[in-house]
Amino acid sequence: MIRGGAPMTLSRRQFLKLGAVAAASPALAPVPSVAQGAAPRVVVVGGGFAGASCARALRQSHPRFAVTLVEPNPTFTACPFSNVVIAGLRELSAQQFTYDRIAADGIVLARTTATAVDAQARTVALADGARLPYDRLVLAPGIDIRWGALPGYDEPAASEMPHAWRAGEQTLLLRRQLEAMDDGGLVVIAAPANPFRCPPGPYERASLIAHYLKTKKPRSKLIVLDAKDAFSKQRLFQQAWAELYPGLLEWVPLSKGGNVTSVEPATRTLVTDFGRHQPKVANVIPPQKAGRIADVAGVADRSGWCPIDPVTFESKLQPRIHVIGDAAIAGAMPKSAFAANSQAKTCAAAVARLLTGATPSTPKLINTCYSLVAPDYGISVAGVYQPTPAGQLADVPGAGGVSPSEAPRAVRAAEAVLADAWFRTITTEVFG
Amino acid sequence: MGRVLAAAIGLASIAAAAVAWAQPPAGAAACTGCHPASTRAQSPVVRLAGLDRAAIVRAMREFRAGTRTGTVMDRIAKGFTDEEIQAIAAWYAAQR
Ligand SMILES: Cc1cc2nc3c(=O)[nH]c(=O)nc-3n(C[C@H](O)[C@H](O)[C@H](O)COP(=O)(O)OP(=O)(O)OC[C@H]3O[C@@H](n4cnc5c(N)ncnc54)[C@H](O)[C@@H]3O)c2cc1C
Repeated sequence: MIRGGAPMTLSRRQFLKLGAVAAASPALAPVPSVAQGAAPRVVVVGGGFAGASCARALRQSHPRFAVTLVEPNPTFTACPFSNVVIAGLRELSAQQFTYDRIAADGIVLARTTATAVDAQARTVALADGARLPYDRLVLAPGIDIRWGALPGYDEPAASEMPHAWRAGEQTLLLRRQLEAMDDGGLVVIAAPANPFRCPPGPYERASLIAHYLKTKKPRSKLIVLDAKDAFSKQRLFQQAWAELYPGLLEWVPLSKGGNVTSVEPATRTLVTDFGRHQPKVANVIPPQKAGRIADVAGVADRSGWCPIDPVTFESKLQPRIHVIGDAAIAGAMPKSAFAANSQAKTCAAAVARLLTGATPSTPKLINTCYSLVAPDYGISVAGVYQPTPAGQLADVPGAGGVSPSEAPRAVRAAEAVLADAWFRTITTEVFG
Repeated sequence: MGRVLAAAIGLASIAAAAVAWAQPPAGAAACTGCHPASTRAQSPVVRLAGLDRAAIVRAMREFRAGTRTGTVMDRIAKGFTDEEIQAIAAWYAAQR
C-alpha cells in the first residue's frame, strides 16, 4: 500500500472476499490460504543474512514453494569480521559471497531493487518494471543510514568521514585513511545511541583499530565519543582495553561529553557539547533505521523500525508481510547476523505453516555474538529468547550473558578461534 | 459450501501433520548458527546431525547444571527445559 493514511486493515468480510481466509484471524485457521494445487509464492526482499537464510530455509523444507529472492548486488559483502579488514588483517574478498548456490537450490533470483509494495493487491514492484505477486512477503532489507539525523552528516560526508557500517567500499575507505595517517595522529570513532546494528560493533572496531595503532603507529591515539553511558560487553571490553591498550584508547561516555551533536566534513570536525575534535581519521557511526523499502511498504513505525509478531515475524502493521533481521523490532534480540539467521529460520517455519493451513508453533531463538578485542582475544555474549504473552520477544530468564570477567588468556584465545569458526559456519549455511 | 470447507479442513490437518514432522522443534533451527549443518564448513564445533540422542541430552543437561565447561553452551543450555532438550536431541539424532 502507499504510505500516508492509516495502517491498512481489511475487514473480515473484505478478507474473505479476497480469498485470504487463513491467517487473517487465528479463529479462521487452519485452512490453506493458497488455491489447491497452486504452489505457494513467497517473495523475499534482501539477500543478506536474514533474507538469504529465510529463502533457503523455505525452499529446503518445502521444495514445492515458489521462492523469489530480490537483491540488486551480485555479491554480498558481510559486515561481521569487517572490523578485521579495517585493521589491515583480512582482505575484503574474505567477506564476499555470491548467490550461485542459492540459485542452485531452485530459488529464483530477481537481481534488482524492490521499489514498492502493494499490500492489498499483494505485489512487489521492482526497479526493472516487473511486478511480483506473492502469497507471503518477507522483507529483510537491513539498515539505512538516517542521513542528516546527525547534523552535517549527509551522504557526501561519508566520503570524508566514513561510517563503514555497511561493508564494502566504506570499509576500504576507512582502512586507507588509517594507513595514510602518520604515526602520532588522532583517530575518533563516534558511536550512536540505541538501537543500532551490532551493539558491540563500535567497541570491537575501537579495539581492532587500537591494535593496528599499537603495532603500526604506537604514538597515535584513539578516542571513542559515545552517545551512551553504557554499552554491550562493556566490562569485558574495558578490562581488555586497560590490559592491551593503556593510554592509547579513551572512551568518552555521554555524561562526560561524548555525544556528538554535529559534524563538519570539510574539516573532519566532530562537535560535542563540551568541545570540538579535529582528528586525522573520523569514523562516524550514524543513527540508523530499517531499510527504505520497509517504510515504503508501510511496515515501519515512527521509530523507523518494524514492529512484528514474535511467533511469526509478521508485521503488526500490514498482513502477510513479515519482517526479519536488523529492520525488525525484535525485543531483547540484538541486531546481529546470528539473530537475523535465527529469526529467518523461525519466520520460514511460520510462513510455511501459514501457507499450508497449519498454526505456527511457539519458537525459541538464540543469539551468540563474538567480538575480537585483539586478533587472538575473543569475548562473547549469548542469549535465548521466547515470545511473551504480551507479544514481545524477551530473554529467557536465567539464560545467556557474557563471557566470564575473570578468565585465563587461553579462554580468550579459544573464543577468538570460535568467532572465526562461527563466521565460516554461518556464511556456509547462508551462502555456501 | 459446508462440505467443501470440511474437506479443506481435513486436507489442512494432513498438511499440518506433515509440516509438524518436517519442522524442527523450538530452538533447534538456531543451533546451526554455530554447529555446522553442512560438512563443507570447517569448524572445531561438533556437527549435531546424526549424533547419539542420549549424548546430546547428557551434554545439554551438564552444560545447564554447570558440570561441563563450555564457552557459550553453559549460557545457552540454561534457556532450555528438559522437554525441549529431548525434542532437539531427537530431531538431530534422526538426521544424517
Ligand atoms: C562492523 C560490523 C560488525 C559486525 N559484526 C557482527 C558479528 O560479529 N556477529 C553478528 O552476528 N553480527 C555482526 N554485525 C551485524 C550484522 O552485519 C547485521 O546484523 C546483519 O547483516 C543483519 O542482516 P540483515 O539481513 O538484516 O541485513 P543485511 O545483511 O544488511 O542484508 C540486507 C540486504 O538487503 C538488500 N536490500 C535492501 N533493500 C533492498 C531492496 N529494496 N530491494 C532488494 N534488496 C534490498 C541489501 O542489498 C542487502 O544485501 C556486524 C555489523 C557491523 C556493521
